[in-house]
Amino acid sequence: MKTVYVCCGTNCLAAGAKKVLSELRQECAGMEAEVLPRIKETGCSGFCEYGPIVTIADEGENDITYYRVKESDAAEIAQKTIAKGELIPRLCFHKDRNQPVASKMENPFYSSQKKIALRNVGLIDPADLQDYLARGGYEGLKRALELGSEGVLEEMRLSGLRGRGGAGFPTAAKWETGAKQKEFPKYIVCNGDEGDPGAFMDGSIMEGDPHSVIEGMLIAAIAVGSEQGFLYIRDEYVHARRSIGKALEEAKKAGFLGRNILNSGFSFDAEIVRGGGAFVCGEGSALLESIEGKVGEPRHKPPRTSEVGLWRKPTVTNNVETLANVPFILAKGGKAFAQIGTEGSKGTKVFAMVGKVKRTGLVEVPMGITLHDLIFEIGGGIKNGRQFKAVQTGGPSGGCIPQSMLDLQVDFDNLTKFGAMMGSGGMIVMDDTSCMVEVARYYVDFLCEESCGKCTPCREGLRQMRHILTEICEGRGQDGDLETLERIARTMKDTALCALGRTAANPVLSTIRYFREEYNAHIHDKFCPAGVCSKLSVFKIDPETCVGCGLCSTLCPAKAVIGEAKHPYRIDPQRCTTCGSCRNKCPKKAIITERRGENGSKD
Amino acid sequence: MANQEISGIVMKYPQERRFALAAMQDMQRALSYIPREGLELLAEHLQCPMAELYSMATFYKALSLRPRGKHIIKLCNGTACHIRGSVNLRKCVSEILGIEAGETTPDGLFTLEIVNCLGACASSPVILIDDIFYGDVTAEQVPEILSAYCEKETI
Ligand SMILES: Cc1cc2nc3c(=O)[nH]c(=O)nc-3n(C[C@H](O)[C@H](O)[C@H](O)COP(=O)(O)O)c2cc1C
Ligand code: FES
Ligand code: FES
Repeated sequence: MKTVYVCCGTNCLAAGAKKVLSELRQECAGMEAEVLPRIKETGCSGFCEYGPIVTIADEGENDITYYRVKESDAAEIAQKTIAKGELIPRLCFHKDRNQPVASKMENPFYSSQKKIALRNVGLIDPADLQDYLARGGYEGLKRALELGSEGVLEEMRLSGLRGRGGAGFPTAAKWETGAKQKEFPKYIVCNGDEGDPGAFMDGSIMEGDPHSVIEGMLIAAIAVGSEQGFLYIRDEYVHARRSIGKALEEAKKAGFLGRNILNSGFSFDAEIVRGGGAFVCGEGSALLESIEGKVGEPRHKPPRTSEVGLWRKPTVTNNVETLANVPFILAKGGKAFAQIGTEGSKGTKVFAMVGKVKRTGLVEVPMGITLHDLIFEIGGGIKNGRQFKAVQTGGPSGGCIPQSMLDLQVDFDNLTKFGAMMGSGGMIVMDDTSCMVEVARYYVDFLCEESCGKCTPCREGLRQMRHILTEICEGRGQDGDLETLERIARTMKDTALCALGRTAANPVLSTIRYFREEYNAHIHDKFCPAGVCSKLSVFKIDPETCVGCGLCSTLCPAKAVIGEAKHPYRIDPQRCTTCGSCRNKCPKKAIITERRGENGSKD
Repeated sequence: MANQEISGIVMKYPQERRFALAAMQDMQRALSYIPREGLELLAEHLQCPMAELYSMATFYKALSLRPRGKHIIKLCNGTACHIRGSVNLRKCVSEILGIEAGETTPDGLFTLEIVNCLGACASSPVILIDDIFYGDVTAEQVPEILSAYCEKETI
């Protein structure tokens, strides 16, 4: 019997996956028994840019995967592919023009990935516990129950797993501290707050494979000696909350959760806490404050939360992706996990590759892959044939890495060494139409809004940095600004209360480090070479290149493009807001950037 | 009516401080804001100072002390959306509706919120209106998208 997987992750849903699903169901309803397929709704299949995605798999290893499927394709898929196994080349991924690839695994986006945390996401119906069990689900729990606390800790030590939530703290060490505490009760907390703008891997795991997170928490509980857990899930993640909620119920019914689990004498239960929509609540201690029903402000450290945590009891907090790795480690052994990755960073990492890359989506790769392979081999390079400029990793506390460092092997230590950060795994690819000063200002602005305001260096430091960066972007930058920024950054790093403030200057420092000329252009020449800062730049149409197609003039929201078809168009600098609508779409790349003069015109 | 609804929400929860956020979120959903009576009743129920609940209501973005509009426009300004031009959409929405981020139109129809990442980065820039995602939005499309929500011909 064939199985049809319809991706119903957030992106595919936004692209109309539900309609495709119901149409396929209808088309298949009347089929003969021998070809009647099982139809499954899955979580995110990763290749979001090409959604909605439909995979038709036989009982063996073979599959046919279709991309950008529309409602109207359903009938053809049912009649040809499902009933007769015929390929519809039009819906396939194409390596080049006339080479359709049938199977997912031949698609270069998937073929060099290695999936551990995402091992089931996209391949199971998250609402069906049987699907999870069929793929080895809860085997890790069974093994952990046999091994007991010390045995689990040993496997975790062997695995070398480090936390995927940002700091990269060794998971075994955290659990050991928790296990040593004599105070009871102890708590296990799953951090599903995922505040990093541009990252969605934790949401996808919770949505697409909720049981793996619950199983991870159970194993942590065995190691630490806890009977109660909380999953703190971000307010915006409606689908994820629903999916986890359903899974908790199912797990309880099946005896994986609750009292005397699988007759082992061990008991554990978990409940969902809905986040309130504050970035700082992702920080471990602020998150606990929030669960306690207070304002989510970070606490002073020490003591660590694994010693004094929720209601002053020992609390082990782990990130969603960290926990999703744990069942694999227990089932396959810590050694098997440690064979993947680099010396200091074992296993794989999930990245949300977004921005100006061709194939936006979720990818899971072994630690140590180069940025180049990630962005160009898997990601397919830069959209619209433009130039790569930088990749931003690690979210608001991360940094921007330039072209010259694309050979960098991605792991915790390497990224930190070069002024960026692994963070949660957001990877924002930027091309030559992104201004690095403006990007720095964007992050500082974000953090300024999100800083809880409890400590002065973070609250005031960010405000000052935002002010200076805005001045630079608007043409009022001065000599000495960069030095002032660096000085504020140092102070914040040394004195802020929590990691938000201590790392907040990273985007500023890394862009100054690698893109100093761009800052100088803004400060001294009053020019934004990327054409983003509208006070400092204006677009012009190169009359030599323009073929007069007129697309720009229909797209321009400011009606700044003047001219007539088949003749080169012109841009009225007084009206141009450098929004980029024309530049993004110009088929001839005829839009160039010039300095904006005193009176709003070009020089 | 509203008072009954509020007390129904508050009484549903055990008298433990940890349910403060959940109770306020329920109020927010039911009434589109947290009224003063809601804070008072909850403070009494949980035996905690009202000021503490007030500070939560101002701290968490999911909560609001003023009624929000009938339709909530969540305009994503996460990094992916930002570098794909969400700023232009923001200008456009603000111009059409005459409101800035966090504000509600005088007719109570729309509230504009700027949010960080809706988890649909592949379709950036993204606008979420109530439960419906609009992906790869261009400034051009904004008037059309909004007009579908206008009951009266306001645009
Ligand atoms: C400002 C700030 C925001 C954070 N946001 C998150 C988050 O959204 N999700 C997460 O898992 N960790 C986040 N962290 C990291 C947590 O503090 C903590 O290190 C992590 O949840 C521990 O789990 P791990 O060891 O499994 O990584 C954040 C840290 C800071 C300082
Ligand atoms: S949501 Fe379908 S591939 Fe990501
Ligand atoms: S950044 Fe807008 S959806 Fe992710």
